[in-house]
Amino acid sequence: MFESFDATLLARIQFAFTVSFHIVFPAFTIGLASYLAVLLALYLKTGNWVYEKLFDFWKTIFAISFAMGVVSGIVMSYQFGTNWSVFSDRAGPVIGPLMGYEVLTAFFLEAGFLGIMLFGRHRVGPGLHMFATLMVAIGTLISATWILSANSWMHTPDGFALNESTGQFVPVDWWKIIFNPSFPYRLLHMVLAAYLTTALVVGGVAAYHFLRGGGQRPEVRRMFAMAMAMIVAVAPLQIVAGDMHGLNTLEHQPAKVMAMEGHFQSHPDGAPLILFGLPDRDAQTVHYALEIPKLSSLILKHDLNAPLAGLDTIPRDQQPPVEIVFWSFRIMVTLGMAMLALGGWALYARLRGRLYESRGLHRFALVMGPMGFVAVLAGWVTTEVGRQPWTVYGQMLTAESVAPISAPAVAASLIAFIVVYFAIFGTGVGYILRLMKRLPTVDEDDMIDSPLRTHGITPGPANPDRVKEHHHGA
Amino acid sequence: MELDLPFIWAGIIAFAVWAYVVMDGFDLGVGILFPLYPEKHDRDVMMNSVAPIWDGNETWLVLGGGGLMAVFPLAYATILPALYAPLIVMLLALVFRGVAFEFRWRTETGSRRWDVAFFGGSLVATFSQGIALGALVQGIEVENRAYAGGWWDWLTPFSLATGCALVLGYALLGASWLVLKTDGVLRMEAQNHARLALFGTLGAMAVVSLWTPFLHYDYLDRWFHWPTVGFSVVVPLLVAGIALLLWRGLTHGPDWQPFVCALGLFALGFAGVGISFYPHIVPFALTIEEAAAPAESLGFLLWGAVVLIPIILIYTGYAYWVFRGKIDPEEGYH
Repeated sequence: MFESFDATLLARIQFAFTVSFHIVFPAFTIGLASYLAVLLALYLKTGNWVYEKLFDFWKTIFAISFAMGVVSGIVMSYQFGTNWSVFSDRAGPVIGPLMGYEVLTAFFLEAGFLGIMLFGRHRVGPGLHMFATLMVAIGTLISATWILSANSWMHTPDGFALNESTGQFVPVDWWKIIFNPSFPYRLLHMVLAAYLTTALVVGGVAAYHFLRGGGQRPEVRRMFAMAMAMIVAVAPLQIVAGDMHGLNTLEHQPAKVMAMEGHFQSHPDGAPLILFGLPDRDAQTVHYALEIPKLSSLILKHDLNAPLAGLDTIPRDQQPPVEIVFWSFRIMVTLGMAMLALGGWALYARLRGRLYESRGLHRFALVMGPMGFVAVLAGWVTTEVGRQPWTVYGQMLTAESVAPISAPAVAASLIAFIVVYFAIFGTGVGYILRLMKRLPTVDEDDMIDSPLRTHGITPGPANPDRVKEHHHGA
Repeated sequence: MELDLPFIWAGIIAFAVWAYVVMDGFDLGVGILFPLYPEKHDRDVMMNSVAPIWDGNETWLVLGGGGLMAVFPLAYATILPALYAPLIVMLLALVFRGVAFEFRWRTETGSRRWDVAFFGGSLVATFSQGIALGALVQGIEVENRAYAGGWWDWLTPFSLATGCALVLGYALLGASWLVLKTDGVLRMEAQNHARLALFGTLGAMAVVSLWTPFLHYDYLDRWFHWPTVGFSVVVPLLVAGIALLLWRGLTHGPDWQPFVCALGLFALGFAGVGISFYPHIVPFALTIEEAAAPAESLGFLLWGAVVLIPIILIYTGYAYWVFRGKIDPEEGYH
């Protein structure tokens, strides 16, 4: 018994670790692929070299991030079988085809056109190069669509029957499986999160160059203005989308919302909003709770006095780990509000004509640069830990899903993943940061010490296509 | 006529695995050959010859794995735990190999380190894949829809032999790819390495082929009884013929001939494995029929496969076409 519990816990840690490392890269590359397509389209339309410089600058960073996303993603596609084989056997008939479609419609598209996007500009000409860049961007969005459909089905399973003899989930209605109740909300929330994350990174990099005295450069200004405009537009949308997603969760996974809110007790006449406190699952209470009366009912039910059930209606062994969910949810929401504040500040600075001068804004934007990643991880922790103890909500327990691999084997592989991931992805992130610290227009010999580079960039060369091809990095 | 969905899917998965083996095979092979080309300039060219396409090549591995989960979930759920150690090692090795494509160009001082990562990752990933294949061929114990063997069952002299065989085979693919894609001294060296790798590959094929029928009575029966014995006679002849063409291609033929012949050798070896397995998907434990997902799953994904795989092949072919011809060392991909 102890042995099997241990192996399950280790397998959970391994999955959480590998998937957390993985999600950082797609969260960035989904947004960055779209940004690159926009930059290239603007360059082709206006002929303004600023866009081309920005494209080349971010393309190299994209290539590294994408490679890390690919190699960490292949691990995920095998983890289901190596560590969660019972889940794979039983749920494979439903979520397997969704992932199969992801590979067929998205992965091949991205991979097929990535090479042309990165290396093939002068071989195919500007039109086809634009097309390839667009295909990569669309591929990342299609990929997000399928994988979030599969993930959402595990939260809100629908359209299936159970085969009693094999224990397998059997698909009955594919429309209901793909468009399961939480899918549209989760997809919207995640894609907006990816765009916000990228905008924060781009804005943070521009802010860094402002603070380092590069604020006169047109490409730094353009980068900052585009990123801030994106945040102004998307941050409020994201808060609305998050609220809708939360209401959907209340309908389908009430225990998760109870954990997010820290509601151990039911409140028949209006539940308070607990701002902060120390949830204690053993005592089934929140210590030192700082709460606003009835506000939770107002937010969740749009009625001050609406009754809200608490975790006292859920059997102990089916409650999610409240402490984790309670805090990860607050981290995500706080960061969401900070993003909104950044957008508001940027808008205010813009109206006063101080977007490129306000050092306070630049400092704030720099601090917020990596916060999209933190918010994405906190959000995923909230939804995934909040689903526990289930893998397929209400249908299949996590403890029943695990592969018959003994604890020492899982522990060994977990340690290997931790060592390799920190070493490899730490190095990769270091390279990315180094690229970000260079100004987009600096001599590229300085930017990448590639042996094939023969000479530096001067803006507006006589024969743009051929000459630029020699430098464009990747 | 009723479509035999599991059988069709077994064919599609087999195709995906073969596509992976030959496509990632040649770029892993290029990595395996890295130590034989100590010049940085040569290594730049070698890496540039696969840089624009390796990601697409590796995607077939995801289709093989993800597809297996979708259409043969029980095979996926028993093979992967059985091959736990070699598969985890393969995944980690592929991490090193994959990031080396980008990281190598980001540093002057550390580029040797990423050369080592590229070589080591390619070698270890290949060896693990070979071990995994051997472990699958020797059979997997399954009880109550779960893997029932121990966690060292995969490690046998036979699986180590198949591991070595695959390293030699990928080296052959890699060397003949370099013959196709490079010029001058590099091409001549690649021709020599292809000759050596060809001998190694043929020797390894012979050893594995003579060993396999003695692993299990079913294989012996399959290989030496009518009608499959016909295959046992024809295949060695075909292998010899193709090997001869490959050899001639290295001295006289056009530069694509060795590579195409190497693909042919892999197709024959792969067909041999397929015929030995049939009708099992997990040897001696699960048949294609037993492991198949419900018809609703097979049918739903089949639409996508039938429509999309040809489209994928077209644009993958286009991507290869864009980067056709000899690598121009001055072109500066990076």
